[in-house]
Amino acid sequence: MPRENWFLVIIILCLALLPMSESRFYIFLGTDILIMGLFAVSLNLLLGYTGLVSFGQAAYFGIGAYTCALLMKKASVAFPIAFAAAAVFGAVAALIIGFFCIRLTKIYFAMLTLAFSQIVWAIVFKWNSLTGGDNGLIGIPFPQHLDSPTRFYYFTLFVVVLSLFLLRKLVNSPLGRMLTTIRENPERTEFIGINVKKFQLIAFMISGFFSAIPGALFGIFNHSIFPDLLFWSHSAEVLIMTILGGMYSFFGPMVGAAVILYLRMLVTSYTQYWPLIMGTILTLLLFFFPGGILGFLRSQLTFLKRNR
Amino acid sequence: MLAVEKVKKSFDGFVAVNGVSFSIKRGEICAIIGPNGAGKTTLFNLITGHLPVDEGKLFFKGMDITHMPPHRICRLGMGRSFQRTNIFPRLTVFQNIQAAVLVHRGKSLNFLKPVESFFREETQAILKRVGLKDYGETVSGSLSYGFQKQLELGIALASEPELLLLDEPTAGMSAQETHQTIELIGRITKEKGLTLLFTEHDMEVVFSIAERIMVLHQGRLIAEDTPEEVRKNSEVQKIYLGEGR
Ligand SMILES: Nc1ncnc2c1ncn2[C@@H]1O[C@H](COP(=O)(O)OP(=O)(O)OP(=O)(O)O)[C@@H](O)[C@H]1O
Ligand SMILES: [Mg+2]
Repeated sequence: MPRENWFLVIIILCLALLPMSESRFYIFLGTDILIMGLFAVSLNLLLGYTGLVSFGQAAYFGIGAYTCALLMKKASVAFPIAFAAAAVFGAVAALIIGFFCIRLTKIYFAMLTLAFSQIVWAIVFKWNSLTGGDNGLIGIPFPQHLDSPTRFYYFTLFVVVLSLFLLRKLVNSPLGRMLTTIRENPERTEFIGINVKKFQLIAFMISGFFSAIPGALFGIFNHSIFPDLLFWSHSAEVLIMTILGGMYSFFGPMVGAAVILYLRMLVTSYTQYWPLIMGTILTLLLFFFPGGILGFLRSQLTFLKRNR
Repeated sequence: MLAVEKVKKSFDGFVAVNGVSFSIKRGEICAIIGPNGAGKTTLFNLITGHLPVDEGKLFFKGMDITHMPPHRICRLGMGRSFQRTNIFPRLTVFQNIQAAVLVHRGKSLNFLKPVESFFREETQAILKRVGLKDYGETVSGSLSYGFQKQLELGIALASEPELLLLDEPTAGMSAQETHQTIELIGRITKEKGLTLLFTEHDMEVVFSIAERIMVLHQGRLIAEDTPEEVRKNSEVQKIYLGEGR
């Protein structure tokens, strides 16, 4: 087994042992990081791998959250089915919205993803009878057998590890390589015989699918969901996590999510100036570590190896 | 093989290609020459579907490709290189070529197996053919300009095209690199029985390998003949002398 895989096994084991700490604080933080980390990795399939800047990824996260919660609360659908439906809805929504977005390129693409996500937000916000509007959906039932924070943590860990396993397989496959060539040079990719728009749409759909999964987890984890989840600021937050952690490495976004959520937890207990601190971190990052945290560590590692 | 019929293209009123017609037979080696801005690159972009034509028709192997998107035209068996090098800069040389092989062999949608395991030998063979055997693991963006051009040729060849379009394959190369590249192109064309259409500023290159030369001037085809006849053509001489060549 390659060294990187051993490293991953150790990390997963550590994560599996986290509940031993019996600290509610760490279990909650761990669940939160796993959920947002998967969301960031899903976004990065577009950003880092395909070269598409989606500024509206919160829409699919929110669609996942609302689909799962509504099906369980209003239609009493069993959790496994509601959960699967959330991912499928995320993919279908991404297919429909992506169909329009991929017609545009670069900044216009980003703006259109933003516009669509704001439309989805507005629908959720205004559709009082279904979504509860501004008051959100509260009292989402805990699924059977997942009714303690520890159990839910394990479930989340399982889902996230499985999703990351699949996504990593995908980015290392021929399909993943095609996405990378599109990022590198769409014009040339078109003339090795690839329908670039079609592949971009496939990436958009897969990303929507895997963004809805953490959304569904998030709703249950918090017992409640609000339209804020779909607001553009949530899209910006996950974008920042991804860039902070490093968009050219698979696990970079995961690291970015961990760092931001941990820091936020620390900082907000001392001061209310979190946005200021976040802004400062981001500025420093863009100037000094454009490859993100993992990008920086990796370059240090190759530097050390070379000088040994 | 290729038929271009009264093709026209203008940009905001400026006519870049003005009713050009010609055809190429299988196995021919043809060159398009003409001064800067004559419309050579634009003509290539029309043929490969990168630009939509305003008027006229295009046929490839008897099929109407006038309104086909580039990826479909490519799959029909047309390959091209670009005037400004066009590679995947952050991928290795090996990965650049392998990507094209993957598409050509219909594996681009496979998402289960690691990409490294695909078509290693086929890719190595192409690397060897274009003289990049020892550079497989090099990040392609860091190659010298001449090598990048060679890599581009390799990417085009990886799709095993029947018709190859090369837009100034030796532009910016040293005399020695130019010589090597031309030799390489000539050899591959013969070995694979390719049909070749290329543009070039270097007249020596053109006269050394082209069997037929087309002269484009201000978007119009003003001559089309064997190298000897084109050399004698007074109108052509006037254009090139006027250009100071
Ligand atoms: N996308 C475009 N928009 C507007 N004008 C264009 C465009 N592409 C080309 N042109 C114009 O069309 C004319 C022909 O350009 P083209 O690149 O085809 O010439 P060329 O024969 O390839 O020249 P060179 O030898 O310099 O490569 C030029 O005057 C150029 O400015
Ligand atoms: Mg040109």
